[in-house]
Amino acid sequence: MFDVNKIRNDFPMIRNHPDLIYLDSGATSFKPQCVIDEVVKYYEWENANIHRGDYDISFRVSKIYDDTRKTVADFIGAERPECIVYTYGATSSLNTVAINAGKKFLQKGDVILTSQVEHASDILPWFKAAEASGAEIRYIPFDEHAVFNLDEYEKCFSDNRVKIVALPYVSNVMGYIYPVKEIVKIAHEHGALVSIDGAQAVPHLKVDVSDLDVDFLSFSSHKMLGPAGIGILYGKFDLLEQMDPIFYGGGSNARFYENGEIILQKTPEKFEAGTPCIEGVLGLRKAIEYLESIGMDEVMEYGIELSDYFIEKLEQLDNVEVYNRGSKAGIVTFNLKGIFAQDAASYFNRLGISVRTGNHCAKLLHHVIHVNETIRASMHIYNTKEEIDRFVDVIRDTTIEKCVDSVL
Amino acid sequence: MMDKELKREIMLDHYNHPNNKQTVEDDSYRSVHNASESCIDDITVYMKASEDHIEDVKFDGVGCTICTASTDIMCDLVTGKSFEEAKAIIQEYYNMVDDKPFDEDALEEANAFDTLYQQANRIKCGTIGIHAIEELINEFEQ
Ligand SMILES: Cc1ncc(COP(=O)(O)O)c(C=O)c1O
Repeated sequence: MFDVNKIRNDFPMIRNHPDLIYLDSGATSFKPQCVIDEVVKYYEWENANIHRGDYDISFRVSKIYDDTRKTVADFIGAERPECIVYTYGATSSLNTVAINAGKKFLQKGDVILTSQVEHASDILPWFKAAEASGAEIRYIPFDEHAVFNLDEYEKCFSDNRVKIVALPYVSNVMGYIYPVKEIVKIAHEHGALVSIDGAQAVPHLKVDVSDLDVDFLSFSSHKMLGPAGIGILYGKFDLLEQMDPIFYGGGSNARFYENGEIILQKTPEKFEAGTPCIEGVLGLRKAIEYLESIGMDEVMEYGIELSDYFIEKLEQLDNVEVYNRGSKAGIVTFNLKGIFAQDAASYFNRLGISVRTGNHCAKLLHHVIHVNETIRASMHIYNTKEEIDRFVDVIRDTTIEKCVDSVL
Repeated sequence: MMDKELKREIMLDHYNHPNNKQTVEDDSYRSVHNASESCIDDITVYMKASEDHIEDVKFDGVGCTICTASTDIMCDLVTGKSFEEAKAIIQEYYNMVDDKPFDEDALEEANAFDTLYQQANRIKCGTIGIHAIEELINEFEQ
């Protein structure tokens, strides 16, 4: 049974701020006690570097660190733990893919197929890959609600130039779940690779990379109840084998010689030069165990329930425009009519409600939905319908005068 | 101290009907663009100046109430002033939003922002256009 009150009790941020309504989990989620304890335990009891020491503590930490690859692999349905690369977050995972694509997988005249809904971290690296390889960026046409359409997508392959598809699994502004399996199937039929930005999906959905057949999946620990500073790049093993590290240094090489020759570690260690975010890996393991103890099906269902409930309530208000009716992953994007989003958010902040405004790092999205600035409320398993009710009551009574008064 | 009603009236008036908000496509104006990564405020300020004083200031772009009203009010305040006078006014404004002693008389309607310092997350909104004005003055002075 999904028991939100029990879940809330697991989160110190909620215990410490009982009246706060936190609706910015899309930016970063809260962490449960077990994750925090694990990070603290590392520093208090197990503080040692990995793979370097000839002593017990390092050995024990190294083992958990290494075993976590299997935990992550199982969590996302990866065929083997060697397909899991530790990075510093979704941004560093996406850059690893794009930099390699620019060097190895793309040539002049090729096309990188993406959308205008992308987060900066999934578009700027591709701009650079295009620059490095002479490939060009092509945007899939979307309707004015930024809804992805498979037919439009397939048409983009008609000149046979698309070599890479870069899309999110869940849009961080619109909250739509993309049909990744079909996206991959079509891309593969046309000989293109698929890199999926899973930053907003892995925290909310049951993801199975083998079933989806994606070539790459990038995500961050801090949005899925784990610590910051650690992320994952999943890649198909033979692709990872063809790729180069972004960084070189200690931990990623087996031998090196005076003449400049480097013998790298095997995949995935070759990508991991330098001391990693050790406590992050340990904490991520706990976060995965925590999510699995609830069950990703339950997590997903609750996300849908909250999204539906919130959107239904908002649509009953005359002073609100909702932009993402079909959102399912706990993300609701809207504006109050006649009130600049930031003015509203600042008023909400005064009342203990945290939302995010702006373009949410998707700075091309306004070409599609024709609004520059929106309010985004993003939820996770610890949010409740009561919080939504309280927020909706506030929204109903929000006026520009009240917003201005909140700074006077 | 202004009372709250007056402050609200000033802010909403300059937000809904800014005197100086327009796009300028005249070569005799210089412009500076100022946008922030963390919020949407995205303002371009245009300035025309003689040897030592400001003849005209306009702005356009997208901004919240605080950003739009503060920029509009500052355009009013510095138009016709010498560079020195304008910089002194801007400094008083910075003092106010930093919660330091400041000269109320120099700031006129900008006194509507005298409690902005209490909201760290909005100070940026109230200075984004002002920084652009300051930058233009510095450019002209060189
Ligand atoms: C869709 C999407 N991609 C990528 C990222 C970047 O994640 P990180 O900042 O953890 O690297 C985010 C975070 O906001 C996101 O929402």
